[in-house]
Amino acid sequence: MPHTEVLLSGENITKIFGDFKANDNVNFSISKGEIHALLGENGAGKSTFVKIIYGLLKPDSGNVIWKNEIIEINGPKHARELGIGMVFQHFSLFEALTVLENISLALPEKNQSDDLEKRIEEISNEYGLQIDPKSRVFNLSVGEQQRVEIIRCLLQNPELLIMDEPTSVLTPQEISKLFEVLEKLSKSGCSILFITHKLEEVRSLTSRATILRRGKNVSTVATKDHTAKSFSQMMVGHEINTNKYKKIKIENENLLKINNLSRPAQNQFSVELKDINFSVRGGEILGIAGIAGNGQSELMEALTGEYLSIEADKIVFNGFDISNLKPNERRKHGISFIPEERIGHATVSSFNLSENFYLTDYINDNSSNYGIINTSFNYENASNIVNEYDVRVPHNNPLASSLSGGNLQKFIVGREISRKPKLLVASQPTWGVDVGAALEIRSQIIKIAEQGAIVIIISQDLDEIFLLSDLISVIYNGKLSKQFDKEKVNLEKIGLLMGGSS
Amino acid sequence: MLELIIAVILSSIPIMLAATGELVVERSGVLNLGVEGMMLMGAVIASITVITTGSLFLAVIFGALSGLLTSIVFGFFALVLATNQVATGLALTIFGTGLSGLIGAEYVGKAIQRLEAFNIPILSNIPYLGPVLFSHNILVYFSFIIVFIVGWFLLKTKSGLVLRAVGNNHDSAHALGYSVVFIRFCSVMFGGLMAGLGGAFLPLVLTPHWAEGMTAGKGWIALALVVFASWRPLRIPIGALLFSGITVMQLVGQARGWAMPSQFLSMLPYLATIAVLVIISRNKEFSIINAPASLGKLFIAGK
Repeated sequence: MPHTEVLLSGENITKIFGDFKANDNVNFSISKGEIHALLGENGAGKSTFVKIIYGLLKPDSGNVIWKNEIIEINGPKHARELGIGMVFQHFSLFEALTVLENISLALPEKNQSDDLEKRIEEISNEYGLQIDPKSRVFNLSVGEQQRVEIIRCLLQNPELLIMDEPTSVLTPQEISKLFEVLEKLSKSGCSILFITHKLEEVRSLTSRATILRRGKNVSTVATKDHTAKSFSQMMVGHEINTNKYKKIKIENENLLKINNLSRPAQNQFSVELKDINFSVRGGEILGIAGIAGNGQSELMEALTGEYLSIEADKIVFNGFDISNLKPNERRKHGISFIPEERIGHATVSSFNLSENFYLTDYINDNSSNYGIINTSFNYENASNIVNEYDVRVPHNNPLASSLSGGNLQKFIVGREISRKPKLLVASQPTWGVDVGAALEIRSQIIKIAEQGAIVIIISQDLDEIFLLSDLISVIYNGKLSKQFDKEKVNLEKIGLLMGGSS
Repeated sequence: MLELIIAVILSSIPIMLAATGELVVERSGVLNLGVEGMMLMGAVIASITVITTGSLFLAVIFGALSGLLTSIVFGFFALVLATNQVATGLALTIFGTGLSGLIGAEYVGKAIQRLEAFNIPILSNIPYLGPVLFSHNILVYFSFIIVFIVGWFLLKTKSGLVLRAVGNNHDSAHALGYSVVFIRFCSVMFGGLMAGLGGAFLPLVLTPHWAEGMTAGKGWIALALVVFASWRPLRIPIGALLFSGITVMQLVGQARGWAMPSQFLSMLPYLATIAVLVIISRNKEFSIINAPASLGKLFIAGK
């Protein structure tokens, strides 16, 4: 690799929040024109580190060196003046404004000119990033919004482009297009710092990777010498047993049938469900893939009973018509739900774990007597879940809000699975959860399918869909595709369906 | 009839000024419910100034400035210390009501010299049109002009774009390097200035003496007006004239003994506001573009 000239480096960067060391003597360097990956679990300190480089946070100690000079970056404006651009994970765009206005907001006063529109066009033609400058951002797809972010950075001729998990929201086709753009940029001399937790991407795109764990450097390696497996070991710190993902297929009499389920759009923000049909048997895991906002939450609500169908026989479970049953009545039939939002939907953050246990168990006669809550019963059950599902708690029966995302999710999954459901419906079960916890959660889900339950996973994470499912469907614009056998379909096909082509 | 129209125009001015100020505040993403309190401070300080100094000019200036000073209290708590905006705004109204009553106690009912109307030469001689449009005091002309200036500022200038951006998504604005708190503080101060001015208009033009609580809910009407105008500046004058028309009708109705209870008329502005809210919330595109998405949300940098 001809990467010799170092563009930016961080020396012994330390950043402390309260008594938590988010970055502990982190060292990092990126060369001119290099695409460098920054890897780590949630909370490993990746975001903190790039925020320091971009001037959003100030390090407590350590130096940032830009072109062989120690500098202090005062803020994002200063960073951009130096030639550092950043594309955020949760886009920093203004929905209500046009593409043009969004871009002009990020440019320094002297770069403002009447021909901004023309310059946007030039850049978008050069890199194949098509966009209409006059359209309002809320009308754009996620992929298009990302294009706006990239164009906005490119207009400032950056020498270093930071991208925070840019692929987590894209279809496989959009990802390969993005990679073409990034490779083109790198050839023209722009360095790219690429944060991701998708390990295959690291190998196909980057030349070197720096791995962080709990705020500390693990190592910096050439990516061609490593595999996804060895990367994940470095991230987690111990060997990952992926054998847990091997699923035994069984046949079981449990049966869920959805018949022509339709749902009108409730308001202008929601998606209409159109004629959804599928059936799943016990022992099978159905994965429903799709890009956010294509009807997943509407379908989830119809399955949980938060939305009730007016017509009968739309949802039939083991011969019972459950179309008109509310969530708790569905629970009585042996159905469990893991909603997407951990806080506010699956749990109440200011309640402790035993109270949160009770919230989905109060249909059970043992949880309360004549309206008086059976405190010790709920406490025991909550503690059993904590022990059995390896939930790390700061003390006995803590508030839901004091658990980390991964641990709270393990508690929720444990709570739902411990009820031994015949049908489990889970939406984004491992979203924002670290590798170790995700592994636990997924293996639990596989286990109950092996015990004969029907499992439906709604997820935007394609890797997860392929990892867990026996059957795969894609939801796009409120319509569900036919079911594919996992063994007989590839990533490209599913990706195309997610993008709306068939 | 002519007098009625003039009365409608005059009584629309306080709410128009206060609502124009509050519109800027809300467009930057801040909900200041203290308009009533700031107006009362403007009214009492303007009254005291004109009674003690006899200068109408100083009364207008001090009235506006007292609104601004009151808004700084709000800005300090709600923006710098990031307290809950709704609670802080309500507290400001209670604070303004109490403080204005206290400092104005000695001046209650004392006659105040009115701000004279200024006849625009030639134009004011046009029959009918002249007295309605071209024969007002300077503040009336100013109010209409400031609405257009605010409209132009928000929609046509870079600073206005930045202000709208902050109101749309403060985290993004912060990530781009804009000082959210500074921009919002400026907006809040402008809102205070306008509310103070609107308050000063009451004793200086409408009822020429100071009375405790003399705004009589005009601050709340101004807040409703911002929503009624669906955050679009040029709709403020229309709404202000409509709302003040209803108020004037109430007085006329009472004087002439109409069968309609005046309470019904006084609730009309709020009913209209709710109707507008329902209508605009049905239109996704419109509400995304105009309603400030981060309205009332706390902003803490680096979080």
